[in-house]
Amino acid sequence: MADGELIVKGGYVVDPTRKIDGEVADIAMKDGKIVDKVSSSAKVIDAKGKVVMAGGVDVHSHVAGPKVNAGRLMRPEDKLLSGTCRSGMAQKNGYRMESGFSIPSVFRTGYEYGRMGYSFVMEAAMPPLLAPHTHEEIHDTPIIDEAALPVFGNNWFVMEYLQKGEVENTAAYIAWLLKVTKGYGIKVVNPGGTAAWAWGLNCLNLNDNVPYFEITPAEIIRGLIEANEYLGLPHSMHLHQNDLGNPGNYKGTIDALKIAEGIKAKNKFGREQVMHSTHLQFHAYGGTTWADFNSKAKEVMDYVNKQKNITIDLGCVTLDETTTMTADGPFEHHLHGLNHLKWTNVDVELETAAGIVPFVYDPQSKVCDIQWAVGLELALFAKDMNRTFITTDHPNAGPFTRYPRVIKWLMSKKAREATLGSFKHKDKVIEATNIHGIDRELSLFEIAQMTRSGPAQCLGLKNVYGGLAPGMSAEVAVYDLNYKNMPSDPEKIEAAFQRAACFIKSGEIVVKDGEVVSNGHKKTVWVNVKMPENPQVTRDVTQAFTKGTYTMNLINYPVREYLAPHPYVIDVDVEA
Amino acid sequence: MPKLIKGVGCPYCGSSCDDIEVLVSDDETKILEVHNACIIGTNLFHHANDATRPKLPRMRQPDGSMKEIPYDEAIDWMAKTMLKAKKPLIYGFGSTNCEGMSAVGRIAEKSGAVLDNCATICHGPSFLAIFDNGYPSCTLGEAKNRADVVVFWGCNPMHAHPRHTSRYSIFPRGYFTQKGQMQRTVLCIDPRETDTAKLADHHLMLDQGHDYELFDAFRTVLRGFEIPETVAGIPREKIKESVEIMKKAKFCMIFFGMGCTHTDGRNHNIDHAISLTRDLNNHTKCSIMAMRGHYNIAGPGQVWSWQFGFPYCIDLSKGSHAHMNPGETSSVDLAMRDEVDCFVNVGTDAGAHFPIQAVQHLKKHPFITIDPNFCMASEIADLHIPVRIAGVDEPGVVYRMDNVPIQFRAVIKGLPGVPSDEELFDRVYERMCELTNTQPIWLAAKEHRKYPHNPVVS
Ligand code: SF4
Ligand SMILES: [Zn+2]
Repeated sequence: MADGELIVKGGYVVDPTRKIDGEVADIAMKDGKIVDKVSSSAKVIDAKGKVVMAGGVDVHSHVAGPKVNAGRLMRPEDKLLSGTCRSGMAQKNGYRMESGFSIPSVFRTGYEYGRMGYSFVMEAAMPPLLAPHTHEEIHDTPIIDEAALPVFGNNWFVMEYLQKGEVENTAAYIAWLLKVTKGYGIKVVNPGGTAAWAWGLNCLNLNDNVPYFEITPAEIIRGLIEANEYLGLPHSMHLHQNDLGNPGNYKGTIDALKIAEGIKAKNKFGREQVMHSTHLQFHAYGGTTWADFNSKAKEVMDYVNKQKNITIDLGCVTLDETTTMTADGPFEHHLHGLNHLKWTNVDVELETAAGIVPFVYDPQSKVCDIQWAVGLELALFAKDMNRTFITTDHPNAGPFTRYPRVIKWLMSKKAREATLGSFKHKDKVIEATNIHGIDRELSLFEIAQMTRSGPAQCLGLKNVYGGLAPGMSAEVAVYDLNYKNMPSDPEKIEAAFQRAACFIKSGEIVVKDGEVVSNGHKKTVWVNVKMPENPQVTRDVTQAFTKGTYTMNLINYPVREYLAPHPYVIDVDVEA
Repeated sequence: MPKLIKGVGCPYCGSSCDDIEVLVSDDETKILEVHNACIIGTNLFHHANDATRPKLPRMRQPDGSMKEIPYDEAIDWMAKTMLKAKKPLIYGFGSTNCEGMSAVGRIAEKSGAVLDNCATICHGPSFLAIFDNGYPSCTLGEAKNRADVVVFWGCNPMHAHPRHTSRYSIFPRGYFTQKGQMQRTVLCIDPRETDTAKLADHHLMLDQGHDYELFDAFRTVLRGFEIPETVAGIPREKIKESVEIMKKAKFCMIFFGMGCTHTDGRNHNIDHAISLTRDLNNHTKCSIMAMRGHYNIAGPGQVWSWQFGFPYCIDLSKGSHAHMNPGETSSVDLAMRDEVDCFVNVGTDAGAHFPIQAVQHLKKHPFITIDPNFCMASEIADLHIPVRIAGVDEPGVVYRMDNVPIQFRAVIKGLPGVPSDEELFDRVYERMCELTNTQPIWLAAKEHRKYPHNPVVS
């Protein structure tokens, strides 16, 4: 919804979609869209001496749904670190109360993303059976547009079809499920391993057998890439790999990435990759134990750099106390065995599981510091920043509110060295990583690629988000940074990205001087695949409900319309 | 022609069965027949036909009698009363939908209230244990499809959740449990010989109030240590045998109820049960689940966790941030200390469930009951506002005991003029905003609100 006409004047525009890097220009908006020009009566926002970018796009974050909420519920102590309290003014103006640090409440989630100038976030794992919950949270979250990826990698239907080599049936099932859950694309978490976890087991290796289903993780990954391209979805298969977080896992990581070799993206959305490998930081480890644990970021990125049909996000460790949560149920159980903090688990019938364990990334721990270095190294070794995105796998490696800090580290060697210098085991960390020897400092243009144009294209949303070309949604963030004279103090970079000087969401000013001034008009984005009905899949799905393998009635499974009150539906036509 | 509606959710117990079939009259105002539900569920649906259901708010008069008043007047009174109060307490929500729980959040924030739900008097101790120890659980379909050992500890589903055993836990034939009951070993741990205990393969009739010791003995045995000859009245051999059964299970499912939360040890019992579950996961797969009482009592814990970060006992009176400290901010404790100066009872009956001294304190201040029916809380209230029944004449999301959201539908038309909880709370909120000269904040959920009422009171 628009505030009529708006113009952001005189800022240094950074827009990789049009290869604009710091030119002084005006950005005009009308009726929620970016336009060439506006009349003289347009409301003017002065951006002189400041940086102007499109609204941020987060490709992977756990912000809404059952496991996020189980984390909130089990961790009252997380509220102690909340930081911002609702000011008297916010109270008076009716802004909702905020709470939570690593797992913020829905209100705080929306407001914090807004304050950082973010337009869109992808909820990275939605259990289909629990989809109404995810949507209830999404519509209670202010400002930011959201979509959610249903998880498919351990789904019984998927494993059965793929075991028989039935890509078409897999695709038809996916199409149905996206529609009934109002989901966005195909998320795969520890393929096969989470299904094994239902019996207390795991699949650490790509060629392990999934108990009962007689299929391997590698086959699931390949099958889901094929199904994805068969459907031509806006986003690619989105993979959380097997063997997360273990020393020496980088070889398996590269093997999994190789599955994408030779497969071409087929879609109408300008997406070029067929695999998005998420939070790669957790998958780029060398060594055999925690004692000889080391970084293999370079090895992994050498592969990613030459393989053009892959995108990645970092999953940077931010050295905070946080809450890990993932559909990788067996991993969370394993992690709990390491740190002995409380453990929550949610196995979901026929579909998936989830685990939650609080975690302290202690800067005095050598392992945590190496993890910190690995995350940053991935970006610093990357050749194509349009395929490399900033995330913290919120809240797993750190809360999303630390993106500005990650940006600071990436833009400033001085900041990295300061952090490195604060470590007790500095020398051991330097020995086990490459970070100390890397001089590269990313530019604002590269940061915009990693947080705007890149993720938008990867999600098939490049016509809507991630750029400032006329016709795109009016998402404009203004940061208090002088492009021509960047601060020598890296803390100022972090501060500028933490609190946008101004943020315009869908043509409406929602943040001014770092303060929320409107709750916005957020949208729920989902993908509606139109294809002829597949009788086999219809029969199989119906039977799972009528025979009672599911404990819910089929009629109550689809997410009702009113739970996504502001839908932005992307239609995908699949010919028979 | 009467219509048969299938796949209907039952708005009674925490089993939240959604396979009910309801035959309704042609004009969708009467429920004629109810199929599949247990006797409690069936009665509940039929009860909705009751012609004496209240259709208008009733306000207590100076002479002590109740007088019917229009909704607008009730809404105005409620808004003013809550704004005036320093620390209102909004309590209940055992039996309503999540839409109502979400809507009440606005009022609670606006009036600086304490927000609490029935967990405070039932599974509150389970929350405390979860805060300490987590909650390794699963959906009920996992129990149904996989569990070959099922433990009922301090709960009696045969009475409290009549179809639990047939839909999820003992009898049903699941995917990997095709032989149903034959394939399951059932343990019941209860000081009484309940109907569930009678069904069980093993009944450990422990001494009342000694659950903690018994959990402790189970864990000790599991970890390979010796225990005394009898613990909590149960012979050592029986304990060892039971632990062996659980350890040898392919999938062990532990259900616990108020027999654990409301006996000596309380949250510590649950803490131990969770640790036992965790320990068992070093040997096999094991999950644990609280037998939540009402069909959507898991709902407020979910909705308020995503809104405020806490499941219950949420004190919003500071205005700047939410604060939870059971014992300090829990309903009964607040009432016993006479710390609240306005009480709103929603979809439950504090009149029947709270200690009498607590009710006496609450009665000194404005007492509002929001409930579709007459109950003790409605009869002692200063204002009773009737609403529609979620799951009967109002749709909405409910959370089953395993936190699975089920989208309930309405089977009959609501009584004319009677609002849902959500609508009522939205109207109260709007009125509060008018009274305080502020803009209502609806967020996306309410952008196309069903109820964009004109100012309700001129
Ligand atoms: S078991 Fe509970 S939910 Fe199911 S029909 Fe009976 S009362 Fe209703
Ligand atoms: Zn993730």
